[in-house]
Amino acid sequence: MKASVGGYARATDLRHALDLLAAGDGSARILAGGQSLIAALNMRLSTGDLLIDINRIDALKGITCDGSRLRIGALTRHAEIAVDPLVARHAPLLRKATDVIAHAAIRNRGTIGGAVAHADPAAEFPACVLALDGIIHVEGPDGARDIPAADFFVDVFETTIAPDEILTAISLPVAEPDERQVIHEFGRRSGDYALAGVCLVRRAAGHRIVCISVATRPELATAAMARLDAGDPDGAVAALEEALDPPSDTQATAAYRRHLAGVMLRRAVADITGETA
Amino acid sequence: MTLDFGNPDRPNSYIGKTVPRPNAARLVQGRGAYVDDMVLPRMVHVAFVRSPHAHAAITGIDATAALAEPGVLRVLTGADIAAVCTPWVGVLAHLKGLKSPPQHALAMDRAVWVGEPVVAVVARTRAEAEDGAALVEVDYDPLPEVTDMMTALDADTPVLHADMGDNLAFRRLHDHGDVDAAFAAAHTVVEARFKTGRHTGVTLEPRSILVDWKPGDGLMTAWHATQAPHMMQVVLAKHLDLPESRVRVICGDVGGSYGIKVHIYPDEIATAAIAKIMARPVKFVADRLESFTTDIHARDHEVTGRIACNADGKILAFDIDDWTAIGAYSVYPRTSAIEGNQVVNLCGGPYDFANYRAQTTVVFQNKTPTSQYRAVGHPVAVTVTEGLVDMAAAKLGIDPIEMRRRNVFADDAYPAVSPSNMRFEGLSHQASLQKLVDLMGYDALRADQAAARARGIVRGIGIASFIELTNPSPFMYGIGGARISAQDGCTVRMDPDGSIVAASSVTEQGQGTEAMLSQIVAEGVGVLPAQVRIVTGDTQATPYGGGTWASRGAGIGGEAALQAARALREAILTVAGAMLQCEPATLDIRDGSVVDMADGADRMPLAELGRIVYFRGDTLPKGLPRELVQTRHYTPADYPFAFTNGVQASYVEVDTDTGDVKLLKHWCVEDCGRIINPQLVDEQIRGGIVQGLGAALFEELHYDAEGQLLNGSLADYLVPMAGEMPDMIVAHVETPTLESTLGAKGAGEAGTAGAAAAVMNAINDALRPIGGEVTAMPFTPERVLRALGKLQD
Ligand SMILES: Cc1cc2nc3c(=O)[nH]c(=O)nc-3n(C[C@H](O)[C@H](O)[C@H](O)COP(=O)(O)OP(=O)(O)OC[C@H]3O[C@@H](n4cnc5c(N)ncnc54)[C@H](O)[C@@H]3O)c2cc1C
Repeated sequence: MKASVGGYARATDLRHALDLLAAGDGSARILAGGQSLIAALNMRLSTGDLLIDINRIDALKGITCDGSRLRIGALTRHAEIAVDPLVARHAPLLRKATDVIAHAAIRNRGTIGGAVAHADPAAEFPACVLALDGIIHVEGPDGARDIPAADFFVDVFETTIAPDEILTAISLPVAEPDERQVIHEFGRRSGDYALAGVCLVRRAAGHRIVCISVATRPELATAAMARLDAGDPDGAVAALEEALDPPSDTQATAAYRRHLAGVMLRRAVADITGETA
Repeated sequence: MTLDFGNPDRPNSYIGKTVPRPNAARLVQGRGAYVDDMVLPRMVHVAFVRSPHAHAAITGIDATAALAEPGVLRVLTGADIAAVCTPWVGVLAHLKGLKSPPQHALAMDRAVWVGEPVVAVVARTRAEAEDGAALVEVDYDPLPEVTDMMTALDADTPVLHADMGDNLAFRRLHDHGDVDAAFAAAHTVVEARFKTGRHTGVTLEPRSILVDWKPGDGLMTAWHATQAPHMMQVVLAKHLDLPESRVRVICGDVGGSYGIKVHIYPDEIATAAIAKIMARPVKFVADRLESFTTDIHARDHEVTGRIACNADGKILAFDIDDWTAIGAYSVYPRTSAIEGNQVVNLCGGPYDFANYRAQTTVVFQNKTPTSQYRAVGHPVAVTVTEGLVDMAAAKLGIDPIEMRRRNVFADDAYPAVSPSNMRFEGLSHQASLQKLVDLMGYDALRADQAAARARGIVRGIGIASFIELTNPSPFMYGIGGARISAQDGCTVRMDPDGSIVAASSVTEQGQGTEAMLSQIVAEGVGVLPAQVRIVTGDTQATPYGGGTWASRGAGIGGEAALQAARALREAILTVAGAMLQCEPATLDIRDGSVVDMADGADRMPLAELGRIVYFRGDTLPKGLPRELVQTRHYTPADYPFAFTNGVQASYVEVDTDTGDVKLLKHWCVEDCGRIINPQLVDEQIRGGIVQGLGAALFEELHYDAEGQLLNGSLADYLVPMAGEMPDMIVAHVETPTLESTLGAKGAGEAGTAGAAAAVMNAINDALRPIGGEVTAMPFTPERVLRALGKLQD
């Protein structure tokens, strides 16, 4: 199939991009790394889009840390996250996630802003951002908004970002000295989306667990988190499996996904406690 | 004529050596020319409106909106195409009882699978054609669909083609010896049910065709990604009512075929018909979704098998009941019954036993048609046979290697005839098995497996012996009335500067045909491989022949090339003898020069001979033959097929929490007779193994009960990728066929034939101590976990 695109414009700065977005009157679409969008266009899952290329907007690039928060520009590529020393120090979960996201060519183009805005429940970054209690920064015609990750993801490919807004950055609290962050997932082949996965964060305030590929959006597994806080890993696995209602598809049944999520949580716990699962 | 291939010091010793591929540099430079790269003046593109229903009556077609779309030039229905193109029927006379209804290039009044082409939209660009196709309105009346194989013949299942009476396309029973008595008297009987997943070939380059029709010349030219240009020529000529001499099929670079590109596809024939109707070049390149719904599928088999053994593990009998569902049409012209037929021919293949019963039942259903894909039927037969042999060995407490030692045909037993009536000229099961045991360090590996188990790591070793059918004679298709050549030819010519051009009827699909031919011709004539230019893939420029399929290029095309090259050598030496005033028999050609046979002393470069023949022929004796173009053909005749053999082994690790199977290592020892190019052969084996590993672990087309394909993309249909592939150790035993001078048999399908069975046996070897067995491919993590009883719904 050949894509059927309505038009293309390269935005020079954020203001320009927002103007183009407003002028698009509902059919404008942000083009970041293109690793999800172009695939969808090439399958004509979407036609007639006016593409607004944001790749030249410098304001959306770069990683900074002010001591308490790590700020990652929307256009930061997966491959940059993989090697950035600030990320490795303050949000090691994101660095670890890049080991299991797609293939090198895709990581070279794909952006964290695109991944979070795309809100694929099988994607790693949305789950990581919620597990780390991050904030999603967006900019619209009426100015900026800061959306806590817990309020951002709505459904499959659906977020609270408005059609006339652009995701500009995400920010995360820097990891505490004793904080542990791990990601465990299982896919059929290296680089594939996971059939099920678990992000586990242990910080002073307690454990945070977010699963991958088992729901319509990233969600905190609160019951399992409470069991882990109580020092009951078996109870946490049982609570997680109990709480999940994953989808079935040609790759895996709901039962298998639920089982896998439990296995991954067990392995994640073993990973942060140094014991073998 | 004798050629001492065994002597590595012989002159011009290119046969048996790894020489560089002549087309590699061009391909690596990105200068390959695939059909999609071709652009012709006035060229247009066609896109197809395809049936969204598995089974539906077509009650109306409205193209008004499509025709108003910018760039759309024409919209054609089944009736429009049928006016210039006759339908075809995919049957062969020697497959007795095989039936299939006439198939049109575009569906006429009924669509019978999701993806069947219904309407063609022609536009200036492919994108415009797709825009138009999206606007064509087709009215369908859904009809009840047949999607389940095992109930296809039940009385309450609708009959797909009313005038055929039932949904049975073909059934064949082969019964040899007294199977019932053997089972009754057996010490040990094992029965199991196996499933091989429906899958497809997934060529990197999709099916592609560009057809031009020049009414003035009455000439049709098709640039086609195909394995068999002459077969395509015949089909286009026949169904578009043209003389074969006025149809030219050109096959340039091809990005992989694996059997996918050797069949007649309705959308490709429709493209040719449209070219004739519009009198301008028309291009069709399938996209990936079209590939998944319209490239032939294969391997959709369910088999119940039984094996009977005596107390020593000697095999007494096999009893096989094979079922396969082929879609709504038998594919033209090779049919969709060959795969099931092969299962009957090949089960029990490596073993010397007396009683054999096998039946294949081939049924119609509303899915994509199935047909021949790399290693046709072999993986099914090997899976069933080797699965049963391992299960019997386990039950008897016999080591799997020992079990095979006791049962394979002895290396000195040839010629031999199998219980399925396959004739073997010379195989090497015993030598291959021994070589495998040495290669893999079998005993040390068993020790490693035991040590791992003591640490709680679950590993398994699997063995699979196999035979492979190669170099088919006219017994495969010609005997059944198909105009598919079992013969191949080669024309070898010397140009004035002494360089050589060889035109062969076998084709290059990326597997290295041209490298193989260049080294044979170089050795046959006596020049450097770099002095040989190979031409393939043009029905107007090469001799007539079969092309690439059934592992026949080297064995048949290579022999024709060798004979033609030797004939050219004789012709050159006849002229050289006259020029040098000596007996031609005292001369030889080495490295592009005429030399003395006895001591290799240089007598004359070929360029000098060429100068005289082409420009100063007046100086040669009148009447001296100076035929520096020679053509030879070759068809296997002594045996219907040149069987090869081999054995594979797999070492796996099973994660009993996730069900994941990790491939640790893979071995293959095989015997393809004379090895012309060791690297090409090894890579053929490896590539074949990868496709077999795909079958074992990843590849499966999923349909729902309504006949909708659920995973028609590369995100959902998993092909094997490098990250999961194990190291593969490949070795050979060489038993050349005595039927040809070259002695080469085929090597293209051996890897695929045995790999999946070896993995299955390895997984079951791993699971056996903890209880669990898998027999339904692919062995997904979930299936493995379910086999272990670890998953509750
Ligand atoms: C073969 C393959 C395998 C993959 N495997 C994985 C995997 O295992 N795990 C994984 O997580 N991902 C995977 N991906 C997806 C990849 O990570 C994408 O890069 C990512 O999902 C989207 O990022 P992008 O920058 O490419 O966004 P794009 O494709 O450019 O855009 C995606 C969507 O987000 C919107 N968008 C993008 N940027 C912004 C913004 N700044 N503001 C508002 N909206 C925006 C776009 O309009 C579009 O709707 C895979 C992709 C491919 C092709």
